Amino acid sequence: MLFSGPGDIMLNYLLRRILYLFPIVFGVMLITFSLFYVVQSPRAMALQILGPKAPKEAVANWLHNRGYDKPLFFNTAPGKPPLDSQFFHYIKSLAIFDFGVSDATGEPLTEVFKRGAIPSLLITLPSMLLGLFLSVSFSLFLVLVRKSLIDLTGVFICVVLMSFPIMDYVILGQWLIAIKTSYLPAFGFNLEGITTAKYLALPVCIAAVAGLGAETRLYRSIFLEEINQDYVRTAKAKGASPNRILFSHVFKNGLISLITLVVASLPFLIMGSLVLESFFGIPGLGNLTITAIRTSDFAVVRAVVYLGSLLYILGLLLTDICYAAVDPRIRFQ
Amino acid sequence: MTPWLENLIVIGGLAILIATLWIWAHSDRWQRAWQRFRRDRLGIASLGIIAFYLLVGLMASLRLPAPAHGQACPTILDRLFSGVPKEKSYSAPFADTTYSVNRPEPLKGRHPLGTDVLGKDVLLQTAKACRTALIIAGLTSLIYIPLGTLLGIVAGYFRRWVDDIIQYVYITLASIPNILLLVAILMVLGKGLSQMAIALGITSWVGLCRLIRGESMRQATRPYVEAARALGHGPWVIITRHILPNVMHLVIINLVLGFSGLVLSESILSYIGVGAPVGTPSWGLMIDSARMELSREPVVWWYLVSATGALFFLVLSLNLLGDALRRAFDPKSS
Repeated sequence: MLFSGPGDIMLNYLLRRILYLFPIVFGVMLITFSLFYVVQSPRAMALQILGPKAPKEAVANWLHNRGYDKPLFFNTAPGKPPLDSQFFHYIKSLAIFDFGVSDATGEPLTEVFKRGAIPSLLITLPSMLLGLFLSVSFSLFLVLVRKSLIDLTGVFICVVLMSFPIMDYVILGQWLIAIKTSYLPAFGFNLEGITTAKYLALPVCIAAVAGLGAETRLYRSIFLEEINQDYVRTAKAKGASPNRILFSHVFKNGLISLITLVVASLPFLIMGSLVLESFFGIPGLGNLTITAIRTSDFAVVRAVVYLGSLLYILGLLLTDICYAAVDPRIRFQ
Repeated sequence: MTPWLENLIVIGGLAILIATLWIWAHSDRWQRAWQRFRRDRLGIASLGIIAFYLLVGLMASLRLPAPAHGQACPTILDRLFSGVPKEKSYSAPFADTTYSVNRPEPLKGRHPLGTDVLGKDVLLQTAKACRTALIIAGLTSLIYIPLGTLLGIVAGYFRRWVDDIIQYVYITLASIPNILLLVAILMVLGKGLSQMAIALGITSWVGLCRLIRGESMRQATRPYVEAARALGHGPWVIITRHILPNVMHLVIINLVLGFSGLVLSESILSYIGVGAPVGTPSWGLMIDSARMELSREPVVWWYLVSATGALFFLVLSLNLLGDALRRAFDPKSS
């Protein structure tokens, strides 16, 4: 029945694509588990948090409260169910999005993440949109003047922009705009309408500019690839103006490959928010992660890695679906 | 470790690199690429700058015999800077006095990049950090280049279940955002240079493997591979003798471009606080500490500018060299 009509082919593709997620999510769980439970034993973790001189009972208590004293993979103790182990508890709790409590403060992590999600989204979404708008505009401009001196200079500037680490953008932006000229606040955050925008403006602009070089260069090469396609020659032959070819033909076709790249650039945004949020004192997930690194809060980092991967996987799934919706060839593969 | 063993490892590593290049340089494709590369002025200039960085890194690594019994062995760089005195506090580049509004004190020597809060020469620190960056990027490349190339060729040549397994592993690794995986691995392994190389190695091979897999898949259907099979060659001979030389140019381009990414990653990880241990000369740590100095009045800018500048020119030249190599090997596509 699934193969009877064009709509069903799409459905079939979707089902296959979603089923394919399970082994990957399981793989991610396995990787985080082996990192945080096998390579780094919970006992070492406990000693790091409670202090190396903590009494034995305190350590045992800490381990027991968090379920860290169970066997790693299979419970072979008589009278216990064989799946009563750290690994299966870990998988079970992740599957229902129960991240447990922070190793350092004991606060439930679901609450912590809920609090951090809004500030993080307020930074990443605008900076992603702004960065996308700027880099697509610049790359289209470079394609318009391709093979000229302006194009060459533009590409060179892109490479120059790519060669600075993100901290430099942050430090320079903060110093120039906030400290030297005090147009905008250099630090802080709140959620009270217009002042929120004032706090966000600088970090959002910095995040957008920091990714500009790499993205512009990438998009330029995508659009240049489209320029050499047959349909462009046809459009030229039928007398379409260069501007029309670029903005309506090339742009639309390039957009398909662009979507994938935008999602693929999400990890870069995560890195940006790691550095940015701690710099600007924005209480988002990135800041949370940095604090967790500094206080050796393994539960937080473990959960952030899993959550970040899940979001990324979902993003990739969404792009694949968009892709299949736009391009029928994909569905049949 | 004895200093002589340390020297031997550094020289040995360099010798392996040169020998590998030497072996590949005799193939036709590389000869043609070299002819094109020679005319690429930007490429030659960036190669020169990278060679200079390598030289600085080498000087910061090679140790001389200790001046007196029981003392630490100085590196060549230490010896070169042995005449540069230590000052009392900050001093601006080429200044005559310390950087203080109220009570400037005369300096004992000249410092082209100034001195830091402890009065140490910034030029020397910047040069020493070069070694850290090169060692991290070099060690990581030593891990991920063979891994990615081999797995990529194997997946692309054998296809079927071998390909499925390798693909599953790298798709899973790639679905964890790089920076988070790096942070997680480093948090578990602890700070340190070799830990950083391992973590970066684990995350870096995926891109190369993907690239080489695709190219090997294309090469495996080419007539020359079929001919080799018809002659009765086994898969390993075909892979090492026939496919590997035909994907090697992609590996070298990826190595150069990847190197620039690794140098940047090293600085970012050190900056976040999971990379180089405190006290290691590192551009990332220098930038981190320079951040505070910018809010001083008057501003201490040379520390930030030195670290950023040194990092920037290395990464820029690597990026430009990578592009030049791509142009040289594949003039059609660019």
